[in-house]
Amino acid sequence: MNDHYLLEARELSCEREDRLLFENLSFILNRGEILQVEGPNGAGKTTLLRMLSGLMPMHEGELLWHGEPMSQCGDDFLSEMLFLGHKTGIKTVLTPFENLRFWSASRFAVADEVLIDSLEKSGLGGFEHTPCHSLSAGQQRRAALARLHLSPATLWILDEAFTAIDKQGVDELEQWIGMKAAAGGSVILTTHHRPAHYSRFRHLKLGDSR
Amino acid sequence: MTEFNGLQKPGLRQSFFAAIKRDLLLAFRRRQDLANPMVFFVIVVSLFPLGVSPDKSFLATSAAGVVWVAALLATLLSLDGMFRADYEDGALEQMVLSSQPLFILVLAKIIAHWVVTGIPLILLSPVLSIMLHLDQAVMGVLFLTLLIGTPVLSLIGAIGAALTVGLRVGGVLISLLILPFYIPVLIFGTGAVKAAESGMSFEAYLSIQGAILMLALVLSPFAAAAALKISVAN
Repeated sequence: MNDHYLLEARELSCEREDRLLFENLSFILNRGEILQVEGPNGAGKTTLLRMLSGLMPMHEGELLWHGEPMSQCGDDFLSEMLFLGHKTGIKTVLTPFENLRFWSASRFAVADEVLIDSLEKSGLGGFEHTPCHSLSAGQQRRAALARLHLSPATLWILDEAFTAIDKQGVDELEQWIGMKAAAGGSVILTTHHRPAHYSRFRHLKLGDSR
Repeated sequence: MTEFNGLQKPGLRQSFFAAIKRDLLLAFRRRQDLANPMVFFVIVVSLFPLGVSPDKSFLATSAAGVVWVAALLATLLSLDGMFRADYEDGALEQMVLSSQPLFILVLAKIIAHWVVTGIPLILLSPVLSIMLHLDQAVMGVLFLTLLIGTPVLSLIGAIGAALTVGLRVGGVLISLLILPFYIPVLIFGTGAVKAAESGMSFEAYLSIQGAILMLALVLSPFAAAAALKISVAN
């Protein structure tokens, strides 16, 4: 491991529809840390997460990955980052297994048993080959969360990942997040519920400037 | 993190074929969408004898043009759906964020689109040209022009679909953006059949169509991938 921070944001600003969402936002994320982005609706949480994942271009500020500017990292960053947004990309006409198969096909080579195993860990044992349109919203969300078990990514960016899943699912997800951090990974997440206590947990509040 | 060390990045070819397979499977599971362009194609072509003239000589001379215009419109109709579903359910975001180059995945989607809309139109065209009394001798030429021309329609159309996927009024805008670029394909497609009908050499037309296909094949996946990145950013 190198001695740089995993992710460093310098002076990020974002303006949408003539409204300043955040300005001069700087933070550092180390390996093993969990960062919760907090703020009221419309404070720019999703926008910030999309910016960090590289989906949205930054107009001001700079992002550093392992101490290098993001523009020079390219594929290295993409293969080490997993982004899960409001919209999960789950196809309802495909089964959870097919969804996971095709999702992983452009990322890493895995055997079918590993995919099945991930789906089982995600609480979809027995539903691997049921089309997603006959599953509940929570089960569809779990089909997307199965990616977390599969991916070797160092950084997880989870936007409202707790939506629609039941209490047991929330507890399990919190455990995975804790285990991820304990294994040296990092997680950035937004959620309105207050997660359990992790050892290296930090908050980032948006929307105070209004 | 030793538990993850076994995971390798798949080859480009592997990801490419998986992406084609995914789109074909999606199309196959939504069979009613699959039939739309075909039904439209058949309806438009069969309205000409009814609406204009059932006269054999009129139909024979206009057959190539009618089939080509109908194929073009049927493709145009299907373009809006090329990226729309993936955009709305977030699959496009995951595509942009995958570690494979986006243009490879876009090319896979374009090929799948052609297989699902282009190939059925090509296969239907001999039946429709018999209905329109097209000279049997030039039917093969029409078939060839469609074979070379319809991939171009999917390739160029992908750029328009990618640019407008983030907009609510995409459908009309695609037509306005893309139609000017379809016109050369149409002209050389029908030109080849006309030349063959009058006994002249038609190979030059096919060559030009082939050149357009190569140009589109090389350039449009990059253009469409760049357009998708912009659409996803908003």
